[in-house]
Amino acid sequence: MAFSTVAFRRTLTTSVVTVAVAFAPILTAIAQAVTLNGAGATFPAPLYERYIAEFQRKNPDIKVNYQAIGSGGGIKQVIAGVVDFGGSDAAMTDDDIKKVGKGVLLVPTAGGAVAVVYNLPGVSNLKLSRTALPEIFAGRITRWNDPKIAQDNPGVNLPNAEIKSVVRADGSGTTFIFSNHLSAISPYFKGRVGVGTAPKWTTNPIKGKGNPGVAAQVSRTANSIGYVEYAYAKQNKLSVAQVQNKKGEFMMPSVESANEALSTIVFPANFRVFEGDPKSGYPITGLTWMMVYKQYDAEKSAAMKKWVEWVLTDGQAFNNGLEYTRIPTETATRALQAVKNEVKP
Amino acid sequence: MTATPEPAQNLIDRDRLNDVNLANQDGHNSFIDQGFTWLVQGFAMSVVIVLGWMSWVIFRQAQPAIEKFGFGFLWTQNWDINELTFGALPYIYGTLVSSAIALIIALPIGLAVAVVTSERFLPPWIRSPIAFVVELIAAIPSVIIGLWGIFVLIPFLQPVQQWLFQHLSWIPIFNSEPAGPSMLIAGIILAIMILPTIAAISREVLIAIPKELRTASASLGATQWETIFRVLLPSAISGILGAAMLGLGRALGETMAVTMVIGNSDQISTSLLNPGNTIPALLANQFAEASDGLHIGALMYLALILFALTLIVNMLAIVLVKFLKPGEA
Repeated sequence: MAFSTVAFRRTLTTSVVTVAVAFAPILTAIAQAVTLNGAGATFPAPLYERYIAEFQRKNPDIKVNYQAIGSGGGIKQVIAGVVDFGGSDAAMTDDDIKKVGKGVLLVPTAGGAVAVVYNLPGVSNLKLSRTALPEIFAGRITRWNDPKIAQDNPGVNLPNAEIKSVVRADGSGTTFIFSNHLSAISPYFKGRVGVGTAPKWTTNPIKGKGNPGVAAQVSRTANSIGYVEYAYAKQNKLSVAQVQNKKGEFMMPSVESANEALSTIVFPANFRVFEGDPKSGYPITGLTWMMVYKQYDAEKSAAMKKWVEWVLTDGQAFNNGLEYTRIPTETATRALQAVKNEVKP
Repeated sequence: MTATPEPAQNLIDRDRLNDVNLANQDGHNSFIDQGFTWLVQGFAMSVVIVLGWMSWVIFRQAQPAIEKFGFGFLWTQNWDINELTFGALPYIYGTLVSSAIALIIALPIGLAVAVVTSERFLPPWIRSPIAFVVELIAAIPSVIIGLWGIFVLIPFLQPVQQWLFQHLSWIPIFNSEPAGPSMLIAGIILAIMILPTIAAISREVLIAIPKELRTASASLGATQWETIFRVLLPSAISGILGAAMLGLGRALGETMAVTMVIGNSDQISTSLLNPGNTIPALLANQFAEASDGLHIGALMYLALILFALTLIVNMLAIVLVKFLKPGEA
């Protein structure tokens, strides 16, 4: 009895000391670190995860989290003030910006292309003009051998079959970029479907959940056509259509052609861009923004500036490797200047 | 205690006497009893409070849509976020149809599993692994089942769907060309997901039937199958119905696996080979990106309808069990 009590006490003391020693560094780390919590768009999530990993290697005292909950969710949380920054593929509207009491800055961080993918047995180099693409997705062109498709694809044996369109079931920035482009080039599409993260499609398409859902559906259904993020189409080796741009050139999506498209976009003072039809390059290209408050407490504002500065300078080097476009240097510099001037403790 | 000099024999006897004194009601014990009763009641009430709280929050958030659309929401079928017009019919229809298909498939199979694993057709070393494996299906995350549905089940069943269309297209439920995802596939996926619930509960119910019933039936000259169909299943019917309703409850609320295989089409079609949509699938797809108050309201209204549907199903089950219970009809 006496022996066991002593042994028990010894063990207890030793374990307490061990635990204290083991956890001390972690506890101090927690005490020192500033945490920046972000939430929003899923489209840039893989890029932001990479940013965070690289940024934290250099700044162990700042901890950044990003939850991919969707652009709409990101905007809602920024308005509610429950995060330190948000992510969105659609620029905030004036109404939404007014709802943010602390004021908000939109910082473009990356861009991306949306690829038109299709499954036509025997066809490997489909070209879609500015007339054909929107009318397919608005339901005016319903068969693959329609003259409006055939005229750009001489010598291609287009089947006399119904076009089965596949779109995203979940609201998504990819759909926003896609419908924004189609609405910009076709009044017919704009009137029938319109712009949105989940517009009302009129062709009664099959809807897949997420990029994998759309890709699985297109790759399995003959005579189907859909759209996915470019990186996703590339990784899964889907057949990608060439799309006609404003100049009339047929373009394949790529980081280079999307960069070219972004370089033609003029960013206004508030960096909000709704451009759906860039002058050159791959036309179905969109941007993603980080929403940053204009006011933080002293500690957080310093950390926030450091984070945004890193994203707009060193971080941009990671964009192309992950199939995202870079923000043109001049624009990035301006955005950085705006953050430095306007974000205040 | 061990230091007491009394003989051990006496001590035990006295303790026993204390143990059997049922009239013992001293204040200390009854206080603990009381406290425990309150604790248990408290836990039970907290479940009710959480449910009430959830319903209240959903109801309040649904308010804009309820005011705008009223009951017309239930039987209109236009869902346009840009125009802010919403109608719930395709989703209510899809939820009910996919769950019905699931129940029609899973109930006989689940019962078969329950009978085989509770009767002595097979040696125990085969029986218990079967029961275990079926119950294991319940442990698979639904997103995994959904992925399996997209990449394995849909291609595997595509020839079947094609065959149904080619040979039975004169029946309205098979009169469209299948594109892969469909109401039928969603029903089959749901059937797989609710099978363990139905099989496991029915099995427990069958095992719990008193031995006397079985022996009496056998001594009257009934064969094993006659015993199963005329004695065992009828006396277990209330438990089996309970199992079916629990399964149906899961089918009505299943989200991830369904949205991945149902095609998410907003149009009502009589053909089961056409894509459809369900309430949980729509909620999962649209809630993250919903920003307009009316859109959120419409989604919450849908959630409320799903609540009501589940409630109705459960009440029906209670009525049915009462009705079918021998002697209480």
